Order: sequence, then structure tokens, then C-alpha cells
Amino acid sequence: MNQPVNPALALPDANGLFGQFGGRFVAETLMPLILSLQEEYESAKQDADFQRELAYFQSDYVGRPSPLYFAERLTEHFGGAKIYLKREELNHTGAHKINNCIGQVLLAKRMGKKRIIAETGAGMHGVATATVAARFGLECVIYMGSTDIERQQPNVFRMKLLGAEVIPVTSGTGTLKDAMNEALRDWVTNIDDTFYIIGTVAGPHPYPAMVRDFQAVIGHETRRQMEEKEGRLPDSLIACIGGGSNAMGLFHPFLSDESVHMVGVEAGGKGVATGQHAASLNGGAPGVLHGNRTFLLQDEDGQIIDAHSISAGLDYPGIGPEHAWLHEQGRVEYVSATDDEALEAFQICCREEGIIPALETAHALAEVAKRAPTLPKDHLMVVNLSGRGDKDMMSVAHYLGDKFQ
Amino acid sequence: MSQANSTVGTKRIERCFAALKSQNRPALVSFLTAGDPDPETSQRLLDGLPEAGVDIIELGMPFSDPMADGPAIQKAALRALAAGQTQAKTLAMVKRFRETNRDTPIVLMGYYNPIYRYGVERFLKDAADAGVDGLIVVDIPPEHDDELCTPAARYGIDFIRLATPTTDAKRLPRVLESASGFIYYVSVAGVTGVGAPTPEKLERAVAELKQHTSLPVGVGFGIRTPEQAATIGCFSDAVVVGSALVERIEHAKTPDEAVAGVHGLAKELAQSVRRCREAVTVEGE
Repeated sequence: MNQPVNPALALPDANGLFGQFGGRFVAETLMPLILSLQEEYESAKQDADFQRELAYFQSDYVGRPSPLYFAERLTEHFGGAKIYLKREELNHTGAHKINNCIGQVLLAKRMGKKRIIAETGAGMHGVATATVAARFGLECVIYMGSTDIERQQPNVFRMKLLGAEVIPVTSGTGTLKDAMNEALRDWVTNIDDTFYIIGTVAGPHPYPAMVRDFQAVIGHETRRQMEEKEGRLPDSLIACIGGGSNAMGLFHPFLSDESVHMVGVEAGGKGVATGQHAASLNGGAPGVLHGNRTFLLQDEDGQIIDAHSISAGLDYPGIGPEHAWLHEQGRVEYVSATDDEALEAFQICCREEGIIPALETAHALAEVAKRAPTLPKDHLMVVNLSGRGDKDMMSVAHYLGDKFQ
Repeated sequence: MSQANSTVGTKRIERCFAALKSQNRPALVSFLTAGDPDPETSQRLLDGLPEAGVDIIELGMPFSDPMADGPAIQKAALRALAAGQTQAKTLAMVKRFRETNRDTPIVLMGYYNPIYRYGVERFLKDAADAGVDGLIVVDIPPEHDDELCTPAARYGIDFIRLATPTTDAKRLPRVLESASGFIYYVSVAGVTGVGAPTPEKLERAVAELKQHTSLPVGVGFGIRTPEQAATIGCFSDAVVVGSALVERIEHAKTPDEAVAGVHGLAKELAQSVRRCREAVTVEGE
């Protein structure tokens, strides 16, 4: 486990591959768009004006840098590792999602696109997308599974307030994967004026690399902040994983640092053994979906199986291809936390730190609960507090039932 | 490598287009999803297509997440999967069809994951043995030719490429490079069965394509009626009808009604494509 990765590999390669994972598995209609997006992204990366504009919006609009907060009470509670929280939930719109949306909307503007589309699960990416679309005066359409619309009403209302049209997706099971199918269908139909802001490190090349690069600000800041506070690198990094963008953003700048242990936490739902989970690496197999080869929840015949998680944001049957590669390389340890474990950690964080985390983030905290007590007090652990939990109030009340009365 | 069911020398798709060229008419290509609405009815639907006048059969391999398909074909895939369709059953359907038909080309159409999961080499071997002539796999662009397109050639299976309204002059050579069988021109940027192509634009696009390839050019997506088929068949080598046929299954109350509906529409379409160029010639004289 946790072998360092050679930074000289500079993955993905020209075909968007991380080893065997990733690629560009899309319909021919989309190929010219994806190739031109890649060109545009490559040129923007080299463009000082673009980078300046991105830095401006990250600081003055998003509110970066986000604090690296020493969670003294959580540390005491678990009685082991020294726990730091990377406070991504303090960003504008309440999650890490906006780091990526700001980057992509600037690209959309650069490409002269007038219309933004996105898929969303928990609604955090939808809200972040609707937010940047409003800021730049662009038309915005958000695809959201009908099941998710029911369990994330506050975010649906937020998106509408921000001027976005929220289209309920009833095909399939009405969750994140179906919303992504529908967004791809929209994109292929409205090729000329539409920019698709994918919310995670998945999809066809260049999305996994591009979203990672926009989210890597999390890891770069963490590195600097930890240096200031402790004068050294952290010992471990922990983040939850649906598609895996907050984890990739935290991990990527540390991949070649041998001493930094990284742990990605998948949604174990009712338990990986029950089949009702969203743990693609721990309970899936390699396959091709939504433009990339990665680990997928699927049956013997290659049909995609619905994911299950208490958190809508992790309820996706795949995972970013770079995570699949890091899993195969043994660079990052991938574990899972069940619904119950996440709920328990959610409540501990509320009570000990006065921070209500998103249910997604609570999965990372559940791993902290397992791991921190076993580690020495000088072990520096960073947890990506990827989002805040206001949106989850109704779900949590429902799950906690009587205990909450 | 399997030569079973393939006549040594020319391949079925090539022979089919050569024969139609001598008759001066386009091919009628039908699309149905294998296993829709149930395995038994689906076999009856498949077996009766040649007699209804279909020249080339596209058979969809159902997938849970058909990103390139509109509502009609999405629903067909879900009906088939709910009725227990699998890749193995789809190949078995082709094998059974070949027991009585040695001439009508069959092209399997679908998405990569079910093939990948089945195992590429195993799939190609079983497909060749069953008598499959070509593949259309929507989510494998030429950039990933080594995945399936190149191996398929070793089994004598054509890999039919899609060209689309977004395929510009710069992109086209890449699309044509490894194509075989025929070129499938996607008439509208969008999903299957939604939106109607404009014949004038289409005629120009097909003419442009034909300047760059000697392969036959078929047109599909959004062709629903015998009239549309006739108009487009005047200037293309094949017309593909899918969603309109599939909707006959969706709206049928019984399996018999589904079979009658699909074969009935296929017959009308077949008559229409058989006459379309005569009509133009007569008018021209």
C-alpha cells in the first residue's frame, strides 16, 4: 500500500489514459468538441491572464484560501492523531465544488459558449454551477435525478433562485448516473452553444485531468498551511469519494511524497457485502461508462448496477479513472464507510466541533473515527471537510427518527 | 478465427450493397433491440424482417445506460433487460436466425461495456460463430481502435463508423481510416429518434462523404416514415429506421400486435425504398 508515484509520469497520456483507465469513450458527435476543449484548456493553462483571472475569482468570489483548522476537540475525543480539517465547506456555496466550476466557467466564457449544463447528485455541484452561470450571465440547465430532487429539496430551491432550470430525470433510477446520461444527451443535441461542466474527476479526457487541476488548489494550500503551522508535511490525508474530486484535489499535490499516506473513503451504504453500496473500487470491476474506463458497479453482463448511499453526492456507480489507477498502483488506500458509520461521525463532528458536515464528508470522518485513536499524538492527519451539511437536515432527521424528537 | 457461416471471398455486407447497386436502389436497414419486448417475440420479429423487405438488420445489444439514444430506444433496452436479455442470448438469437437465413447481414449495435465485460476476444469469436457481420459501438471513437475495431477485423467482422454533422474536414480522415462495411451518417446532432433531418443539408453531407470514401453511405437518426425513407434513399446507399419500429413494440398490446406492427411498417418502408429512384427517374424524363 501507498507506494509513491513517479511525478515524471505526468499522467494522463496524450489519449487521456492513466495506465489502462480513463480515455475518451464518447460518441463521434462529441469527439470534435472534446478535442477542442482539450486544446482550449491546454492554452488556458499557459495563459497568464487566464490564471490571473482564476486566482482573482478564487480569492474574492470563492473566499480562498480556506482555513486549515486544528480540530482540538475532535483530536481529544479520539485521543490519537492530531486532526486538521481543511475547511472547504467555508467556500462560497458551501463545498469544494465551486473551485472547479469557476475554472470551467472561465473556459466556457473563453470559448464563447452561451449555455451551461451540468448534472448533480446532492445538488452541491448544481448549486455551484448555477452560481457561476449567474455570475457570468449564462443560461443554465441542471439535470438532477427525480429521486435526488426529493431528498435534496433545499438545493433544488437554491438552484432555481439562482436562475437555473432544474430538469428532473426520471429515466433509469433517477439518480446521479441517469442525470449524467441526460446531460450527455443534451450536450450531443446542443453542440454549438453549450458547455458541459462536469462536476467530478470523471468523464472523457480532458475532464478528469482538468477537474483535478482546478481542485488541486486544496492540496497546494494544505501543503503551505501545514508547513506554516507544523513546519512539515502531513502524515496522512483522508477524503470521501463519490466521483472523487475533493479527494483528488487534496491528494494530487502529495502523490510523490513518500511519507504521506492517503486514504479515500467510498460510500459503503448498508455494507459492501450487502450489494447495496456505492463502493466502486471495493465492490466493482473495470468497465467503460460516461466516457472513461474505470471501476464500475456492474453485473456479470456489464449492465450498470444502481449505487446506494445515504448521501446523494456519493451515490454514483463509478469513480474517477485516476483513482482507479492509484488503486491499482497501490498509492492510495481505498476503504469504505457505511451509512450508519457516517451518521455516527456526522453527529460527533456536530457536537465536538460545532461544524455540521455534509453527509458525504461524514464518510471521511467515519474513517477518522476508526483510524485516529490508533495513531500517535504527533501523527498529523488532514481531513478534507469537503462540504457543509445544511442540505442534509431533512435526510438526517429522517434517518435518526425518534432519537431526534 | 472463424469462417463459420461466412462465404469465402466477399462478406455479406459487401455482397448486399453490390446486389442493390445493380438494382439501383438503397438498402433498407432496420433497428430493433434484441430481447424486446421478450426473447420469444424478439426472435419472431428478427426472423420475419427479411421477408418484410429489410436488407440489413441492426440488432441492438441492450445496455442499462444508453447515452446516445432517445426515449424510444432507451425504453426498448429497459424492456429487454427486464425480460432477462443478456449478451449471450443476443448472440444465440443471431445463431438461430442464421439456421434459416444465410444472406441477410446482421450488424450488432450498442455500447462498449457489455462487450468489454463479456471479454473482447471471446465476444468476437462467439459473434463470428453466430454469423454476425458487423458492429456499431457508439462509444468507441477511432482514438480507441485497438480496443475492438482492430481485433474485429481479424474475425472478419466489419466495424461500421459513424460520421456526424460535427465531423469536419479535419476529423473525417480519422473516422474513415479504419471504417469497413459502410459509413453510417448520423443525420442530426442529437440522440436517436428525435429531430428531423433536412433533406437538402443531408444530400450535401452525403455527397461530401462520398468524395472521401468508396464505402456505401447509409443515413440514420430521425427517419420515421416511408416518405422520408424514399427522399433520403434517393441520394444515399441505405436508410436506417429504428425508433419508429421500436415504438410499434412499445404501443402494442400483445406480442402478435407487436410483430404485425413492426413487420407492417417494415413492408411499407421496403416498398418505398424500392420505388424511390424510379420516381425520380420518371420525373426527370
